[in-house]
Amino acid sequence: MNVQPVPQAQPADNLVEVRDVKKWFPVQQGVLDKLLAAGHQDYIHAVDGISFEIRRGEVFGLAGESGSGKSTTGRLVVRMETPTAGSIHFDGADISALEGEELRRLRRRMQIIYQDPMASLNPRMALGEAIGYGLKVHAPELGDAERHQRTIDMLEKVGLSPAQFFYGKFPHQISGGQRQRAVIARALITHPDLILADEPIAMADVSVRALLLDLMNQLKREFNLTYLFITHDLATAKYICDRIGIMYLGKLVEVAELRELYSHPLHPYTQALLAAVPVPNPHQRRTQAMPEGEIPNPIHPPAGCRFHPRCPLAAEPCAVEDPPLRALRPDHTVACHYAERFL
Amino acid sequence: MTPAMQNKEVLMQVRDFSLLYKTRLGPLSAVDHVTFDLYKGEIIGLVGESGCGKSTLGKALLRMAPPQAELTGQILFQGEDILQFDDRRLRDFRGRCVSMIFQDPMTSLNPVQRVDQHLVEAIQVHEPHTPAQAALERARSLIGRLGIQERRLRDYPHQLSGGMRQRVMIGLGLVLNANLIIADEATTSLDVIVEAKLLDQFRELRDELGITILMITHNIALVAEVADRIAVMYAGQMAELGSVYEVFDAPRHPYTQGLLASVPTISLNERTELFKMGGEPPNLTHPPQGCRFHPRCSQALPICSQREPELRPVNGGQLVHCWLYQNHESQGAS
Repeated sequence: MNVQPVPQAQPADNLVEVRDVKKWFPVQQGVLDKLLAAGHQDYIHAVDGISFEIRRGEVFGLAGESGSGKSTTGRLVVRMETPTAGSIHFDGADISALEGEELRRLRRRMQIIYQDPMASLNPRMALGEAIGYGLKVHAPELGDAERHQRTIDMLEKVGLSPAQFFYGKFPHQISGGQRQRAVIARALITHPDLILADEPIAMADVSVRALLLDLMNQLKREFNLTYLFITHDLATAKYICDRIGIMYLGKLVEVAELRELYSHPLHPYTQALLAAVPVPNPHQRRTQAMPEGEIPNPIHPPAGCRFHPRCPLAAEPCAVEDPPLRALRPDHTVACHYAERFL
Repeated sequence: MTPAMQNKEVLMQVRDFSLLYKTRLGPLSAVDHVTFDLYKGEIIGLVGESGCGKSTLGKALLRMAPPQAELTGQILFQGEDILQFDDRRLRDFRGRCVSMIFQDPMTSLNPVQRVDQHLVEAIQVHEPHTPAQAALERARSLIGRLGIQERRLRDYPHQLSGGMRQRVMIGLGLVLNANLIIADEATTSLDVIVEAKLLDQFRELRDELGITILMITHNIALVAEVADRIAVMYAGQMAELGSVYEVFDAPRHPYTQGLLASVPTISLNERTELFKMGGEPPNLTHPPQGCRFHPRCSQALPICSQREPELRPVNGGQLVHCWLYQNHESQGAS
């Protein structure tokens, strides 16, 4: 297998570029703790030095267990959080330190879809009003009639048809799947470039999931969207992501095109994660043992490779040296000292 | 076939069991004429979408139902009908024979009680003459078997990880030698690796202690991974019931077929599109006439909207609640 240098895509291809980004949250301390700690402050290393890019028009997935930092990474990309260190470029411009009016203008171009549509929608706002609200904020020059028309069109596009009927409905009057469609419509009304979808279908029943995934794929083509798709479910990711990054305890451990990553996982953690996904076929039951223990505390993450205390391959260097992401296969980077074994 | 299937020693028999909730909009038929058995030492998966009645049925097996619910039929545990138990008998049954674990262990554990206090209390409530030291000893030996270090006995629930909390919940059932565990979405909030390890634990409990586990879940892949049999519910009724091999290899009920085709898998050779089932589950205050699935069924026959089919074996295999496999000509279809 030929080892390639880290592929540098043309800058214009990348909608988002994340470089060495860190996000540390200070640990809350009581008064007594503060006195005893004498100025010492602990931090949760939620995201601890990660780099990746999201190419224009692709669905980039971020997967990992709870506490891996995938949601914080998503929030950093859309600048709901400010990075502690590192830089984030969006469409060529450095947005790492934007604030105030500039940041507000950027929001039109990046929208978010969360897991729970009931928590995302104002229970006292009719769907039409909630969906049109983004236009009120970001396109105040539009008249009421124009805004109403665009909202109606968007309702139809997300499959809430007849739109006039759904326009006046309140969130509690419709089903969960319909609510998530309304959230998608609200995200798309400002014609954003990037959608952060943080577990957007995790709450839906299987039959509804398929419909929502289909809708997201179809809207992506129609509106030229780029998605950052955050999920804990590798099976679902298969149906939507083009490329995927696996996170563990604030670090990216592996990034590749989805089919490449699923067929040739090089990191022991990715391998365990893929093996743990239950397969809906009783003839293909898992036989591999799972790694010891659980994801450790991000306040004092292990030194060296963060996965080493649980890793079946761990050797001396792993406890000392943090492995960098290396390109070992075409368009496939992995952060493991011993990944060559799986080539 | 697993050994459990060959012995077929029955632990629990549910006979023509129905549960009606009285609501302002009229009676809601949450579980409708369900009949099935639980065998000793099997893992059985009970699956279906939200609102299909799987959790209601699971709780009913411990006779847990809100006061405005009306329960009819029989639920026989080792031959005795638990619907006829008096309060004392019922409490004893819930403690010693059956244990239930839920999705969120944090809401089931007492946040200001240590793990050992939970376990000792459980023992002493049901066996009041057990000295504290003996109870603690039992707790200690049990916790090791569940893969929790002994020093964790002194921890409070918030100090444990999600996987360990669920193990403590299982421990609370096992410490009294319960032989049936009802796990209602018990792994749903866990990460896949932790979930996989808890499934291994379920397998071990079945193989080594002969415990029966009813696993209620919306995740059908979990059932394929660990269960011996699968029961599929739709709109309060049992749609299909059989060994996991029978049902996953050849699903008969059109609902089961649709459900399995819409499950995402990580296998790269398989279809890249998920099946999309039309329609939505019915409102159970006014369930459809005949088969409750007929308005969404692509293979519906004229009789399906008129008369309800029975849950009957197909070719000597799984039980299916569907007219496609039953003689309907003599039933007066028009």
